[in-house]
Amino acid sequence: MALLQIHEPGETPLPHAAERALAVGIDLGTTNSVVAISRQGKPEVLRDEKGLGLVPSVVAYPPDGAPLVGFAARALLLDRPELVVSSIKRLMGRGAADVKALAGTLPYELDADAGNSGGMVRLSVGARRLTPVEVSADILGALKARAEAKLGNPVERAVVTVPAYFDDAARAATKDAARLAGIEVLRLVNEPTAAALAYGLDKGSEGIYAVYDLGGGTFDVSILRLEKGVFQVLATGGDAALGGDDFDHALAEEFIRERHAMIGESRLTLGEAKLALATARIAKECLSAAEDGKWILDSDGTPTAHEMTRERLEAMIRPLVERTQRLCRDVLEDAGLKPAAVKGVVLVGGSTRIPLVRRTVAHVFGREPLADINPDEVVAVGAALQAEALTAGLDALLLDVTPLSLGLETMGGLVEKIIPRNTPIPTAEAQEFTTYQDGQTGMVLHVVQGEREMVGQCRSLARFELTGIPPMTAGAARVRVTFAVDADGLLTVGAREATTGIEQKIEVKPSYGLSEDEMAAMLRDSLVHAREDMDTRLLAEARVEAGRVLNAVSAALAADGDLLIAAERAAVERALAALQKALPEAERDAIDAAAEALEAATKPFAEKRMDRGIRAALSGVTVEKLDARMGEKRARQERS
Amino acid sequence: MQSPRLVLPPKTVAAPSEAAVACWSCGGPTPADSFFCVTCASVQPPGTADHFRRLGLKRSFDVDRADLERRYFDLQRRLHPDRFATRTGREKALSQAQAVSLNEAYETLADPLDRAVYLLHLAGMDVLAEGCNQIADPVILMEAMEMREALAGAQSGAQVELFAANVAADIEECVGDLAVAFRKNDFDEAAKLTTRLRYLRKLIEDSRARHSSRD
Repeated sequence: MALLQIHEPGETPLPHAAERALAVGIDLGTTNSVVAISRQGKPEVLRDEKGLGLVPSVVAYPPDGAPLVGFAARALLLDRPELVVSSIKRLMGRGAADVKALAGTLPYELDADAGNSGGMVRLSVGARRLTPVEVSADILGALKARAEAKLGNPVERAVVTVPAYFDDAARAATKDAARLAGIEVLRLVNEPTAAALAYGLDKGSEGIYAVYDLGGGTFDVSILRLEKGVFQVLATGGDAALGGDDFDHALAEEFIRERHAMIGESRLTLGEAKLALATARIAKECLSAAEDGKWILDSDGTPTAHEMTRERLEAMIRPLVERTQRLCRDVLEDAGLKPAAVKGVVLVGGSTRIPLVRRTVAHVFGREPLADINPDEVVAVGAALQAEALTAGLDALLLDVTPLSLGLETMGGLVEKIIPRNTPIPTAEAQEFTTYQDGQTGMVLHVVQGEREMVGQCRSLARFELTGIPPMTAGAARVRVTFAVDADGLLTVGAREATTGIEQKIEVKPSYGLSEDEMAAMLRDSLVHAREDMDTRLLAEARVEAGRVLNAVSAALAADGDLLIAAERAAVERALAALQKALPEAERDAIDAAAEALEAATKPFAEKRMDRGIRAALSGVTVEKLDARMGEKRARQERS
Repeated sequence: MQSPRLVLPPKTVAAPSEAAVACWSCGGPTPADSFFCVTCASVQPPGTADHFRRLGLKRSFDVDRADLERRYFDLQRRLHPDRFATRTGREKALSQAQAVSLNEAYETLADPLDRAVYLLHLAGMDVLAEGCNQIADPVILMEAMEMREALAGAQSGAQVELFAANVAADIEECVGDLAVAFRKNDFDEAAKLTTRLRYLRKLIEDSRARHSSRD
């Protein structure tokens, strides 16, 4: 007889674990993205041959050929601006209506038709019509390719970071983009939380820390408590549309005003706008080190020279930086803390290199901020550490919160908050609603996110109808609405009418998100190996499930094997051995079948174990009573 | 089609069960409310334990915050969905359910107001949610009205801050009184104090809203 391998409970070695073990951390940024991996607790940014870790989040779509991502795309920005997309993260999860307000300030053209049909924004890039999800998927695809080239192995799984202040729609869009790029998202992690993980594990710090994360397009501030490997977010706040891009815009507008004053008013061309933006970004970066400088805008054969000082730049961006200051104070109040309670402030994001930003942070928290891990890479490093924690079991644990309150529209356009902001996730909350009118048979459930009391001022996430409520007098129906937020911060809403049991459950697919059909079509178009990928994933899942069964049965045999007579035990062990044999080599169906056979073979065993358990639990009960119960049980079994 | 109307629920608490239940994974017996199967160590459904039992605490208003946090972190370390990222779908779902229950227990017990409401609820007294309850006690009602007027009358940011500081001191005192009432099992007094604590909290929130930039 084959010797049984008995593992510590919960320590089932996953078959072919190494094969799927490679999980990377990805910081998908507005301006730049980074991919990193952690092995044995040692994180490493995956760099190109020049040693550069940053991949510009810029995609060029040549009329013929595959998209270009990164520096190659950025190089085309000035020559072929109409083919290049940058700062796409600002549009993740946005609807066409949201974006109209930003029109003119965006460095790309929106598809005019999409605005009328509602739904997700589409960009016009050359002859293509692209959604932000597809553009982000191209960036993620490039990061995946870099990781695979560096590691020499396929990379299928990743922890992907999102701004803490990203709403549900933007989170869902990010997850869709990863799926489109052939990446299984192990977890969406908030950027400041990832940064804290990188810092905390590095320094072994304990106490209250603040993370000030000012990136290209988003601002986050989180207050965390670090204690023995636990990273507990106490409160988070921010602005999903405030970042270095806004500084670039302010400066670019100034350059354009100056230029038009020099060469005369003319219509602003797209090329001129992109050039001004690119120049502004360079000028802004220079002015973090230098006090002043001079830049040339050379567009349409007419160069103009522009002088700029740090002082003038600071005056331009001061209102924006002051907004981050107010948000820091708000989040401290949310956490119920005074600035003095904060032991350290971590700076994240390229925009924190700006001296005015550093001075402001130092002023708010009354201490010099920490920036000794490269602020451009710290988020990816944290994501990589989390990827290792999830797959290989690092001891660190992230406990995060919802950034924005989630609620439902009630009569009069008011919002009933169901899950308040800064609630630890995962979380679930239920609330009962009823009808307003006699005979009302349907109800519109409008899910919103935000802090304001009126629906119009919150972000609309989804709308669905609960129909088939039996006609009753007003107020008689009982509709129980459940909001559940998972560890990725994604919301699922369910509704159930109590008197009839009519139930509807939706994963909140935001009004601005992709429909399942659109997603499926994109997957078909983009993934040549989609089918193969699916098979691989199902096989892996079958192996995990089989491993679970093996572990359960082995543990049961070790604990209660004495309940079995030799023949019974032999049958169980045969089934066990068959599954062990199938696990590493067989097809998915064979593994599933062997696992099911093993579970079937152990059914009588499980019953004996339960009987003994009940007898042990009832040992205080008189024997007569117990026998009577066993008699009833036998009678039931005989009947069935 | 109509929007829904809110119904305020009378909550019910399921009685904790002591019996052994069958583990969903190995089929063997494991005590009800155990987090993991005693035999195969598979994560179990969260069960019906009350918040105190779930965190291994005795039912009392006096909760040592540091002890509560230690217990909460220790359980989350073992039960959080991040610990099950490579496990079966069933285990992921169960760990999420466990983490949800733990978060709810921790949040409720960590906050003196929520803790008081919950203890009263366990004692069969439901202090109704905001907006539906009337302040029956004339002394508390008078105080609430006077404070509301004081907040409305505060002109400058400094005045609002001073007002908030005074309310914060009242809150501290009220929480102390609550602890005494619960120790004496004086639930009527505790209910009264809980109502007071609730409007004091509301006042702090409203004074914050006066100078918040959040929208």
